[in-house]
Amino acid sequence: MNVLSRTLCSFWGSSIGKKTIVALTGIVLLLFLPGHLIGNLLVFLGPDAINEYGVFLHEAGHGALVWVARIVLLTCFVVHIVATVQLTRQNRASRTPYAFDATVQASRSSRLMIWSGLTILLFVIYHLLHFTVRVANDFDGPAYQTTLEGHPAQNVYKMIIDGFSWAPATFFYIIAITCLCSHLSHGVASVFQTLGFRSRKASTAIKIFGNLYALVIWIGFLSIPIAIFVFGYGR
Amino acid sequence: MSSLNLTLKVWRQAGPNAAGSIETYQAKDIPTEASFLEMLDIVNERLITKGSEPIHFDHDCREGICGACSLTINGIPHGPEGGITTCQLHMRKFSNGDTIWIEPFRAKAFPVIKDLVVDRSAFDRIIESGGYISVRTGSAPDAHAILVPKEAADAAFEAAACIGCGACVAACKNASAMLFVSAKASHLNHLPQGQPEKHQRVLAMVKTMDNEGFGNCTNQYECEAVCPKEISADNIAKLNRDYALAKAHDALV
Repeated sequence: MNVLSRTLCSFWGSSIGKKTIVALTGIVLLLFLPGHLIGNLLVFLGPDAINEYGVFLHEAGHGALVWVARIVLLTCFVVHIVATVQLTRQNRASRTPYAFDATVQASRSSRLMIWSGLTILLFVIYHLLHFTVRVANDFDGPAYQTTLEGHPAQNVYKMIIDGFSWAPATFFYIIAITCLCSHLSHGVASVFQTLGFRSRKASTAIKIFGNLYALVIWIGFLSIPIAIFVFGYGR
Repeated sequence: MSSLNLTLKVWRQAGPNAAGSIETYQAKDIPTEASFLEMLDIVNERLITKGSEPIHFDHDCREGICGACSLTINGIPHGPEGGITTCQLHMRKFSNGDTIWIEPFRAKAFPVIKDLVVDRSAFDRIIESGGYISVRTGSAPDAHAILVPKEAADAAFEAAACIGCGACVAACKNASAMLFVSAKASHLNHLPQGQPEKHQRVLAMVKTMDNEGFGNCTNQYECEAVCPKEISADNIAKLNRDYALAKAHDALV
């Protein structure tokens, strides 16, 4: 092992190092969310807008860009989870419980991070199997093919409308996005602290920014299932 | 002069390897002007008179500067008041008929020695590993020989107010020692005298902290809320930053 790989190993093995890696991978994941959200909101502009966006994603960089994005995101996702599960296990082992337990100012979201995170993990597995791998549905079948300016294209619009027409999926989606909102409300602000950019002076601004970020993501992603399932948009 | 009748739920443990349990004591006629530790003194005098083993607890200066007293009172280290140590807590803050839970500072890295007394020597080993600067011996240097910016002096002074009581660890949901370690590291890292050994200090103190079995910080700031010296979690942010820099320096420079 050379110096660099030895340092990386000891960085991963230390408490602060592992938390820094959680923060850095967290940044990648939380920056991905607004991009994904803007794409999803195209559903409100009608079938052609979102279908064209789907074609764009798959053709960008001669079809390579989507794979670069997938690999980067999946790597960050896996590293983020492995690190946080290890940290949580260490934290549990370090603690001796009190008979009378009290909390002064730790937020509920901060105490539920591992559970909100694991719920998001389950959701992402389901989501990828549903829309990316397309297991147990006929999204690859002729019913979900359409044409865009004369060329064949995937009918992403119909996939979304049909996906959110099924109550259990819609319900799970709402739960998962709510967990994501809770996760972000602690996670976004935590990034600043873990990377060393928080101060007492800036702490209120950082907290408000984190909560606003979580709120915008929550409202944005929930607007779609609620419009479709509750108000019958596109059905 | 008014007095209180209280029910105490106290952690009793005969020794480091004994199984402990919560015992209930009736504390009658406790004067409201007594401090919390004086209340325990009164209870202990009565226990001794009865021929029972008194409740063991740590204490020394009883004026909030030594860091010896501990106790988690109703789930909060140093009690519910904030910004004070247990010895500065007074019984007038409680009401007649209250039930008070008294437990040791809990963490795997702070093993119980007896009853409410815990072994906090893990902190000493952290200090040993990096909480110092190297200076030449001999006559004291002139006070103005090294210029220290006012802001740095203030920040170092505030960090140096840490008395090492361990309440931060006891309050943390993960038994993390980050507030203590960050206060001790940033006390020296803010000052010009601390610069030559800065990277080495940060790496060594964090390594010792990890090896002692403390948990990892999850940015919940319970530590800051219970700290009797109101040490800021800004120090933790600085330690996180200094650690990343020290690691990068270690690998690349």
